[in-house]
Amino acid sequence: MSIILDQVTYEYEAGTSMAQKALVQVSLSIRDGEFIGLIGHTGSGKSTLTQLFNGLLLPTSGHIYYNGADITEPDYDRRKLRQKVGLVFQYPEYQLFETTILKDVQYGPGNMGLSRLEVDMRSYKALKQVGIGEDLLDASPFALSGGQKRRVAIAGVLAMEPEVLILDEPTAGLDPKGRNEILDLIAKLHKERNMTVILVSHSMEDVANYVDRMIVMNQGQVVLDNTPKKVFCHYRELEAIGLAAPEVTYVMQDLNTAGIPVAKDATTVAEAKEAILNWYRGKENRGK
Amino acid sequence: MGMIQSDNLVYEYIRRNEEGEVEGIKRAVDGVELSIKKGDFVAILGHNGSGKSTLAKMLNAILYPSEGALWVDGMDTSKEENLWEIRQTAGMVFQNPDNQLVANVVEEDVAFGPENLGVESSQILKRVETSLKKVGMWKFRHRSPNHLSGGQKQRVAIAGIMAMKPKCIILDEPTAMLDPNGRKEVIDTIKELNRKENITVLLITHYMEEVVDADQVIVMDQGKVVMEGTPKEIFSQVPKLQKLRLTVPQVTQLAYELKLAGMPLPDGILTRREFVEAVERICHVNHT
Repeated sequence: MSIILDQVTYEYEAGTSMAQKALVQVSLSIRDGEFIGLIGHTGSGKSTLTQLFNGLLLPTSGHIYYNGADITEPDYDRRKLRQKVGLVFQYPEYQLFETTILKDVQYGPGNMGLSRLEVDMRSYKALKQVGIGEDLLDASPFALSGGQKRRVAIAGVLAMEPEVLILDEPTAGLDPKGRNEILDLIAKLHKERNMTVILVSHSMEDVANYVDRMIVMNQGQVVLDNTPKKVFCHYRELEAIGLAAPEVTYVMQDLNTAGIPVAKDATTVAEAKEAILNWYRGKENRGK
Repeated sequence: MGMIQSDNLVYEYIRRNEEGEVEGIKRAVDGVELSIKKGDFVAILGHNGSGKSTLAKMLNAILYPSEGALWVDGMDTSKEENLWEIRQTAGMVFQNPDNQLVANVVEEDVAFGPENLGVESSQILKRVETSLKKVGMWKFRHRSPNHLSGGQKQRVAIAGIMAMKPKCIILDEPTAMLDPNGRKEVIDTIKELNRKENITVLLITHYMEEVVDADQVIVMDQGKVVMEGTPKEIFSQVPKLQKLRLTVPQVTQLAYELKLAGMPLPDGILTRREFVEAVERICHVNHT
């Protein structure tokens, strides 16, 4: 399973005087089971990219292959593709519409031509996985808290059992604990369902904590593509395109500038803690 | 009396059934006592559903107190005759930049407020110019708000408030939907208005980093004020904040964890600079 983008360009309102290139000659390969963070400032092309992944948009030029098949071919079944590549939009709770939580989750798989039993089983499983208890199945989705609503919306996509899950800023507007809960849930789903996960985020701290690979976009192009640790080494380049490294990365740089030799490549609090403790203990031992 | 003063402030959301009978009552704000001085920068923290936004809406007389009293610049918010003057005194900026701009051109949007106040047209032009200059958006005055970034839209929204010459601005998660750059633009703008124009600022946020420079931090839980103090006092209490579903800035968390692991660091480190200085002091002690 993989997604391959070959020289993909996407232009909004192509052929008119308002034409604007959102993606320019992007080539990418996303392998099965990866956990990817997609980063870039507003207008860098992230959202366009996510909509190309599941065929909501088609490239102006170039090709996109899903498991080897060219999805830009006219006879490719893009409806099926959207079931395989699930997209959770920003503020997905605004898209809840049914009278009960269970019905809302059943809507997606219910339109896939599955048996009633299969639809039910998938819906129960998805709701259980996102941590919505059975006592809530018949409640109105609008009676839930913001974080719970978002879980129900994610369950609605999960119940279609996608192979790839794309989430556009799933933590926006949540309190710190709510943010961690949603991210922990996504990490759990990635592991348990062995799904490919693409997380669009503005929070460098979150990305550093969770993903294996980071894709950084700027002006419609991929400018960095590596592990978070390697990407955040380029913090000056990130700043130049309106992004930044996690705060702890700067702390480590500052310590070095002040003559305190700690490892510079920490990107999470846990890594920074370990690096500083190593230095501190080494120092104490030498002092004795 | 200060800019904002409240006495045992209560707000209850009342849910009614189809016959209009009371089905349930939710106390969203429960006995809040506020005292905010003119020119202060006050941050309000609290998890989703803790009552922050309800409180903000009361400050702007969108909601009236169920019990107790609230004064904005000495005006009782429960008196309808004060309504327009209160909204002019305390302007409000909301989360979604796309929901609060009304005109097709930036300068017209900023003029909307003063026009409705019946300000003379030569005066309006002057106010639009000063306000847009204050938020650094003057050169965008002829642009359409649709073509601005999220951070720029929020700055235009702030200019729209400034054009009504408020004494106080209330911002309800103004950066939740912005990228890191947009977030910084908005926060820098707010801080400058506070410092240079002596505007009283109430900032509701989930981003702890935005709170570090506030004069006063208020933490809410279940409609009540549960913590109150300077950022240093508040962020020194890491476990308590975690219990309230909140967190602390990354550098504060790092210092806290290092202290638990045995490094002699002070509580409530808020900035990278404080952190590096504290580590340098340890270095120094070990040398002598």
